[in-house]
Amino acid sequence: MTAVLAGDGHLVMLPAGATLRITDLEGNQAADTLLFDSADLDNRYSAVDTVREQANAYLTTGSALLSTDLDVLATVTADTVGRHDTLGGACSQESNVIRYGTHTRHQHACRETFIRWGAPVGITPRHLTHNINFFMNVPLTPDGGLTFADGLSGPGQYVELTAARDVYVLISNCPQLNNPCNGWNPTPIEVTLS
Amino acid sequence: MTAHDVPGGAAWSLRVRPGREVRFTALGPGACCSLLLLTSDGDRLNVPDTLKAQMSARIAPPMVLMSDRGVGLASVTGSSLDWHDALCGHSTDRHVTSHASYQEHRNDRRVSARTGLLSELRKRGFDRTDLHASVNLFSKVAVAADGALSLVTDHCAADDWVTLRTEVELLLVMSTSPHPLDLEWKPADVRVTVTAAPPDDGPRLSRAESARALDAAREVLA
Repeated sequence: MTAVLAGDGHLVMLPAGATLRITDLEGNQAADTLLFDSADLDNRYSAVDTVREQANAYLTTGSALLSTDLDVLATVTADTVGRHDTLGGACSQESNVIRYGTHTRHQHACRETFIRWGAPVGITPRHLTHNINFFMNVPLTPDGGLTFADGLSGPGQYVELTAARDVYVLISNCPQLNNPCNGWNPTPIEVTLS
Repeated sequence: MTAHDVPGGAAWSLRVRPGREVRFTALGPGACCSLLLLTSDGDRLNVPDTLKAQMSARIAPPMVLMSDRGVGLASVTGSSLDWHDALCGHSTDRHVTSHASYQEHRNDRRVSARTGLLSELRKRGFDRTDLHASVNLFSKVAVAADGALSLVTDHCAADDWVTLRTEVELLLVMSTSPHPLDLEWKPADVRVTVTAAPPDDGPRLSRAESARALDAAREVLA
């Protein structure tokens, strides 16, 4: 059991068959997550391939998290929230400037965390693609809209991933302060391997 | 003016300098053009960043197509269609199982978008590490209230079009293989025409976020 404080990252080697629980300790905390086939970092989580093959934009229990090569990297085997985003991407210093202005250029951001925590196993910025935002609520509308809404999660809510092959799970506990994805107050998450 | 007709089911790439208008025209109904944008120093079209900055689940004018590094790579300056899919990726060899043998089918052999895009990427010095979400020009995938995704099969007619203005020097990599949710193999040809872009303040004036992405494009060459 490991607490990951807001603005920190975590890298887990999750062996095939093992389960990782990510708990939103205080509620409304986005856990930005990427998965990589540990034997082939280019065979990594692909948000668009995952949502297309399950014909639904949101992730929940039963969602097969697919790689770029359409291999199952892991399956969502438990989910107390009911719906998680994978189309909103991660915050970065550069996208913060676009969204909120140049004064946010040097604020902490998930992409910085991914770069720092992924580097020891060879995950480079080129390997970083579109991620999962556990506990984040990004509703799409039939007329083509997309919004960042207040989260559906709450204290103690969790999600579990069971690995289908040996995978690296790279997590950024989101430091975003400029929108409601963390309830305007980033808080710790907990990561448990079983 | 440069013009090239990409046959249905083929892949192509081209480099375009800043300030050009790239017009894509469907030469038949049901076209799909899966498009990736890259720069020579490895920046890439980032679909989630593009969508969230402009609060949209689709690509349409006057949106700006934004990169990993927060740069407006290109602006969508016009289109006869109000929806171009960016949520569903592109077809892979798992979606294209028939007519796989050249020996048997000669030039009717079918190639997935992934295979075509990777070939063009590799010719230009990129590889599968650089794969990101594509924009699927001319395709619409409807989103239901519960998140269900379904392809709208009668979305694109012959002569439908979309124009992009390049904001920085770009590599455009594209495949005209059918959308991965399209169960039929009836790919339409797509004409790509490159001309000087006329002035158009629409994208800049549309939202503050779009304007800031275009400011970043100016700084690329500062």
